[in-house]
Amino acid sequence: MKRVGVFLCWCGSNIAATVDVGKVAERVRLLPGVVHVEENKYTCSEPGQASIIKAIKEHGLERVVVAACSPRLHEPTFRRTLETAGLNPYFLEMANVREHCSWVHPDREKATDKAFDLVRMAVARVLKNEPLARGSITIEKRALVLGGGIAGIQAALDIADAGHEVILVEREPTIGGRMAQLDKTFPTLDCSSCILTPKMVDAAKHPKITLYTYSELEKVEGYIGNFHVTVRKRARSVDETLCTGCGLCQTKCPTKVPSEFDVGTGLRKAIYTPFPQAVPNKPVIDRENCTYYKTGKCRVCERVCEAKAIRFDQEDVLVEERVGAIVVATGFDLFDCSVYGEYGYGLYPDVIDALQFERLINASGPTEGKIKRPSDHEIPRSVAFVLCVGSRDEQKGVSYCSRACCMYSVKHATQYMDKVKDGRAYVFYMDIRTPGKAYEEFYKRSSVEYGVQFIRGRPSKIYQKGDKLIVKAEDTLLGRPVEAEVEMVVLAPAMVPKRDAARTAQTLGVSYDGFGFLNEAHPKLRPVETNTAGIYLAGVCQGPKDIPDTVAQASAAGAKVAALFSRDEMATEPMIARVDEALCSGCLWCKPVCPYKAIEARTVTEKVHGRTVSREVASVNAGLCQGCGACTVACRDGAMNLQGFTNEQVITAVDELLAGLRPACS
Amino acid sequence: MATPNAPLVMKGGPAAGRLLAKVDAMSGTQVEACYQCGKCSGGCPLAFAMDYQPRQIMRLVQLGLEDEALASSTIWVCATCFTCTARCPRDIDIAGVMDALRVLATRRGLRPGDRNIGAFHRAFLDSVRRFGRGYELGLMLLYKLRTLRLTEDMGLGLKMLAKGKLALLPETAKGRAEVEAIFREAAEGAREAAEGARKAAEDSPETAEGAAAGPGRSKGAAGGDVR
Repeated sequence: MKRVGVFLCWCGSNIAATVDVGKVAERVRLLPGVVHVEENKYTCSEPGQASIIKAIKEHGLERVVVAACSPRLHEPTFRRTLETAGLNPYFLEMANVREHCSWVHPDREKATDKAFDLVRMAVARVLKNEPLARGSITIEKRALVLGGGIAGIQAALDIADAGHEVILVEREPTIGGRMAQLDKTFPTLDCSSCILTPKMVDAAKHPKITLYTYSELEKVEGYIGNFHVTVRKRARSVDETLCTGCGLCQTKCPTKVPSEFDVGTGLRKAIYTPFPQAVPNKPVIDRENCTYYKTGKCRVCERVCEAKAIRFDQEDVLVEERVGAIVVATGFDLFDCSVYGEYGYGLYPDVIDALQFERLINASGPTEGKIKRPSDHEIPRSVAFVLCVGSRDEQKGVSYCSRACCMYSVKHATQYMDKVKDGRAYVFYMDIRTPGKAYEEFYKRSSVEYGVQFIRGRPSKIYQKGDKLIVKAEDTLLGRPVEAEVEMVVLAPAMVPKRDAARTAQTLGVSYDGFGFLNEAHPKLRPVETNTAGIYLAGVCQGPKDIPDTVAQASAAGAKVAALFSRDEMATEPMIARVDEALCSGCLWCKPVCPYKAIEARTVTEKVHGRTVSREVASVNAGLCQGCGACTVACRDGAMNLQGFTNEQVITAVDELLAGLRPACS
Repeated sequence: MATPNAPLVMKGGPAAGRLLAKVDAMSGTQVEACYQCGKCSGGCPLAFAMDYQPRQIMRLVQLGLEDEALASSTIWVCATCFTCTARCPRDIDIAGVMDALRVLATRRGLRPGDRNIGAFHRAFLDSVRRFGRGYELGLMLLYKLRTLRLTEDMGLGLKMLAKGKLALLPETAKGRAEVEAIFREAAEGAREAAEGARKAAEDSPETAEGAAAGPGRSKGAAGGDVR
């Protein structure tokens, strides 16, 4: 029998106050295999660890049990201790007598009994431990960044500046994302384009960044360090290498359709770049609206193009790339305000949403920055800004707060008051949330310096009366119903995940919440990692946030990728599933239960009674397996085992527990 | 409310959450979820005639200010049109809460300040009891007789008659015996509730609690209201 040493930790008074550690030690001493028992006030401390190393050497210990806190906290610590003493680090078992015992039980005597049971089970288990060795995988030092908004651009620039190649994939014809649509940014009121467009150009010109615009992620295979991704480059119908971006085709194109970039407040042509500062500044043909694709006639763009760059017969191209890490920065959509029948969005032309207002006040927008209301192009003398349209509404919208709307609506009201000196701006709010640097001061300035009126009440109804819009609400601070007569209404819609966020998550194999926002690995301590190793998050795809927070998260994701790429190889945990091919019947019930797509069929050839036969068995990809154990439960043959957590180990521990309980039962 | 702005005293203790628990159970909704946005009051077609806004009634219930809530005109002015319920972002059935408060007030023997409101409710129930369904003309006449406001709305009534909106003769519904049984059971329930309340009040004014009882079917549910 192997020689086992047991180290009982007091954890100060955390364990010792509830568990009689001395008594546990006395009883543990009598267990078969145990040759050394020791108590420590803090086993994890430097002297505590030193005593383990000393005992291993003096008593020739071959297996170690530490009865202390949760293995989630200090298992890595004590594994290192064993390694230092020259033992295989996986000859360690921890008995969790703190979280699973002293912290949750008030009765000292019963808690002491339970602590002994836990240690007893750990001793039985540790005798079955096998030596395990960490593997290693190589790392492809190239990153894929999905989404070319401010989050994706920032992450791409940071990774590229660290010296690694980046592939930046953007679905729209240009990078820039939502931020390109905005006029000014709170609380400093610096112009959005002025701070964004240089970054767009930097990204496009960076020698380490490859840009795929008008492209989409098609498929992801592989695992951290070794992803194989397929990107669909949609047909632009324009040869990018020839096009000079002169813009003549756009001027001559006869077809006008509502511009997505201007959120319907302006028009674009069928061959277009979304906005003049687009990167790359090469147009695409919108085949759904192009006259040539609809009727077979026109080809005006082709005739006027001096560079002969128009390619009507261009087809989608699938590009395959190998990358070691993926940053997801796919952004967000806005809540559809027409869900609220009572607000008349889509019914009254002068009820618009906040992004449309951004286009109206933007100097490069359809009104060249003049606030003209859509119905008659007059400048409205009064405007109501309505917060939380969709946000914080469990009945018609989403339960969460969208975080940025308070501040941008305060900004909108301020900008309006600045441009229309004799105007009146009413902001209908429930709470004004200003938790950011200089945000509260900006909010104060809006009323003190610009005269914005704040009314605490969620509007109940908006309707047209003559050429005015009436906003009905309660001023909850007065306790009286109020009606505001205004000439335009701006609704602040909730930020919601991209329509296809769930599909993106499934393609990538990362988890997402009930709304469709992608899940971070830990809400506080791992905010940019996903639960899938090698995939990181940046920006609103993870949850609503404003530009400063988005940029911070993007840089954090970039730093994580750079840290991963700082090594040539990375160690893999050996506690993963292993197939006993002799037992495996090849039923592959394990395959569908694996959340990491780590199990594939493999054909083995063997000699049976002198004949060579081939059969299928399951095989586990060590890079993908995260050691969750789902397959071991599904396996009907008992062929699947989690190393370091084998069926035999678990059953031995249970047997030990039941053996100890037998006298008490009889 | 002798002095309009006298402080409302919140007593705390075990009784403090009682109104909220009762109203939640009776209306099947969570008044504590209310975050006082005022969308209910802003869209209420009768808010102008209320002493407290619907939002403020939710607040009174949250704080357990029972006397104040049950004595308000709001609960009787409410026409149960459900506009508030349909729009509430916290999914509170505000009209249902008003219903619950009316039941609680009635159990306590509180009558609407405007006696016409009670007269209307009684006239409506009389009509349902007699014919098994509403009989609008009868309801109108009975209401007018009880309130002695005979000539008011005469013009509107004639117009409605002319347009065929009012039937001259009542229609009777099938199953009038069942309707009668419902009325008898409700009356029995109310008697038992009153009895239970009396007994509970004699035993101990604190123990009688009918938080989980639905309106009209409670046994001794009025106990908590008797001090």
